[in-house]
Amino acid sequence: MMADTGSEDVAVIGNTDQTPSELQNNIKNTMVEKGGTLLKGLEISVAEAEKRTGKNAVSIQETYTVYLIETRAVDNVSEVANPTPDSLWRRYSEFEIFRNYLLVTYPFVVVPPLPEKRAEFVWHKLSADNMDPDFVERRRVGLENFLLRVASHPVLSNDKIFYSFLTQEQGWKEVVFETGFQAKADSRLKALNATFRVKNPDKRFAEMKHYGDELQSVISQLLRVRARVADRLYGVYKVHGNYGRVFSEWSAIEKEMGDGLQSAGHHMDAYAASIDDILEEEEHYADQLKEYLFYTEALRAVCRKHELCQFELEMAAQDLISKKQQREELATGTVRTFSLKGMTSKLFGQETPEQRETKLKTLETQIEEGEEMVKERTAECDEFVKNAWEDIERFREQKDRDLKEALISYAIMQISMCKKGIQVWNNAKECFSKM
Amino acid sequence: MSAGTPKSLPSSGQKSIQEICHPLSAEESILSPSPDLGNTISSTGEKDLSLPNGNAVDTSSPASSSSLLNRLQLDDDLDGETRDLFVTVDDPKKHVSTMETYITYRVSTKTTRTEFDLPEYSVRRRYQDFDWLRSKLEDSQPTHLIPPLPEKFVMKGVVDRFSEEFVETRRKALDKFLKRVADHPVLSFNEHFNVFLSAKDLNKRQGLALLSKMGESVKYVTGGYKLRARPIEFAAMGEYLDIFTQKLGTIDRIAQRIIKEQSEYLVELREYSPVYSSWASSEEELQEPLDGVAACMANCCSGLEELTEEMSEDFLPVLREYILYVESMKNVLKKRDQVQAEYETKLEAVAFREDRKTPVPTDVEKCQDRVECFNADLKADWDRWQNNKRQDFRQLLTGMADKNIQYYEKCLAAWESLIPLLQDKQEARADTN
Repeated sequence: MMADTGSEDVAVIGNTDQTPSELQNNIKNTMVEKGGTLLKGLEISVAEAEKRTGKNAVSIQETYTVYLIETRAVDNVSEVANPTPDSLWRRYSEFEIFRNYLLVTYPFVVVPPLPEKRAEFVWHKLSADNMDPDFVERRRVGLENFLLRVASHPVLSNDKIFYSFLTQEQGWKEVVFETGFQAKADSRLKALNATFRVKNPDKRFAEMKHYGDELQSVISQLLRVRARVADRLYGVYKVHGNYGRVFSEWSAIEKEMGDGLQSAGHHMDAYAASIDDILEEEEHYADQLKEYLFYTEALRAVCRKHELCQFELEMAAQDLISKKQQREELATGTVRTFSLKGMTSKLFGQETPEQRETKLKTLETQIEEGEEMVKERTAECDEFVKNAWEDIERFREQKDRDLKEALISYAIMQISMCKKGIQVWNNAKECFSKM
Repeated sequence: MSAGTPKSLPSSGQKSIQEICHPLSAEESILSPSPDLGNTISSTGEKDLSLPNGNAVDTSSPASSSSLLNRLQLDDDLDGETRDLFVTVDDPKKHVSTMETYITYRVSTKTTRTEFDLPEYSVRRRYQDFDWLRSKLEDSQPTHLIPPLPEKFVMKGVVDRFSEEFVETRRKALDKFLKRVADHPVLSFNEHFNVFLSAKDLNKRQGLALLSKMGESVKYVTGGYKLRARPIEFAAMGEYLDIFTQKLGTIDRIAQRIIKEQSEYLVELREYSPVYSSWASSEEELQEPLDGVAACMANCCSGLEELTEEMSEDFLPVLREYILYVESMKNVLKKRDQVQAEYETKLEAVAFREDRKTPVPTDVEKCQDRVECFNADLKADWDRWQNNKRQDFRQLLTGMADKNIQYYEKCLAAWESLIPLLQDKQEARADTN
């Protein structure tokens, strides 16, 4: 099924069990540039979720949820998907492993986030329980979203581990661990959390990092407000249900007024009941916001990685400069800057010419190596900056598109809620006027 | 006892001219137990007079046939409008004196009744005066249902007695009160009502003097008598009122709860706008849409504020009025019971003492008259009350629905105006790509 958007080609469409709004969302999410590098010819979906029980690594019985990943090959010519899918079950933790692999392997990519591990920003009627069926369902959608985003990414979609993750039931874990990403993961984390000062940061990255922080802050606030608003709105609607009961009781003692009151009461009951669906739909908007909230972390990681690259380059350059200075001092005998070696030689007497010769030779080697290092690091930095900025641009466009769509659907949802309200009260009004 | 189809008095406003017979024709008449200073003429002496609900009319009480005539002569309004007394309450004004600050209202009257010296009046009255009128009516017309006044006491510090909203709510209630009295075929002819509408300076002592000059004191004895059996219809009224007042109380609580929840919802909703605005300031492409959403939210907030205010000011007071109304009605029912009990007790006492041959003493006869009058008045007023109640609640609840519809329509308009703003940009971007 291809959606006609009038702009870019649509990559893959997911589960047809999705609601129209989810479908819309995913279609937009998987828009890709022309000549895209996505996993062509493969339809991906997270079709189902199931509860399992089993013994974990420390032999304790636990209950967990597994998700069914279905893939269908699409015929290139006819563009029709193979009706019978290949499928395998994966746990949330496996998704996490896979994502960590991506983070380490492609540090210049703003890696799509996973749906939240635990329910946050909940309003009180919504369960914060991970086993709650609504939570599981929203997580299923989120996981599918994640896979589709990876599949439509120009770089990530080509990853072999990704393909394994989708298709290889047994032994995938071994394969991913073989890449040795875990070791890199630890050092990456350490580096990201370290504090260091960069002398010449790329302004663009600094601005982007700042933007990421702001976005994170504002979306968090928004989600908090939304949770409180949802709580209150729920209360308003539900109390109206009490009108239903009292009108019914009252109608029992009335003659002419009775029918009108009774029917009006039913409409009040309907009004009170309508809030459940309304808030469930709104949950979808919250999920869209959450995705971008988590995206800010990935964005920050890329900016930090740039800082790290830059820092290491500056360190190498600094080191080279100091080595060159040392050579100069040794060669000319002048001491430009204070150095411990200089002091000790002054205190304990000059070195012999042979000693100086050895020192110079060592320094020359070091300088050569240093120059290599600087060259390497500069190349690395440039490469990183180029790739990262490309992906950041891609991300920025995607974000603008997605969030605008999210706002449009939110507005549409509000409109629908208002129209429902008008309808119910008009119905009630009609009943009242017949009293 | 019943003689022919009972017809209601023209001024009760329900029948057309053709259906009303000339008062001097047989079988039609209404007698008012309200004492009328200017008229001491006794009843026309007709037999078989009946009240609109079919009961016999007591002819021993003083009746005012000239006023009766007057009322009916006014009845040449071709389109069926039979009102001859129009009362309005408006123009609230604050008065500040060294002793106190209070509000007065203008009470305007237009009438063709001869009980009034002038066809038009305009006087200023304060709440105290309305309160005085009501207690006078209760005392002088104990067999009738007197419409309620808005609540007398307001908690200082909680409610601002001089705020526009409070004064307006009160004005509306006072206006309704006077209109109901004016529309009542008996109460509207009450002397105190006349004085209230016409006297330049309402001297309460003057009113007291009026009362004491009256012939027949209409003080009904209450207390001490045990009622044997309440007639079914009055028992039904009592039961109805009990349940009705209960339901009204529940509705009042629900409405209050909704207002509270809506206010709390509003507090949270207000948080949205600044957050969206703040977000907009850090975006480029998304700035306009986000600012649009912020504006939308602000609009919805003001709509909600309006809704909550209106429910507080228009809905709740009317509901409370009715609860008071029902309370006073229950009191009237109690009085009726007492009057009947007195009669039954006295009757029994007589039956024991004398033999069948001696006529019933006038004392007991008077009691019987009182019972029958009371029952008749009450029944007539009950029907009127039921009708008014139906109209009032139809209006009240329809009003509530309207306010909610208005709120949702305001929000709808706000959100709908946002969509083209968002979608245009989206399409524009698509084209440039």
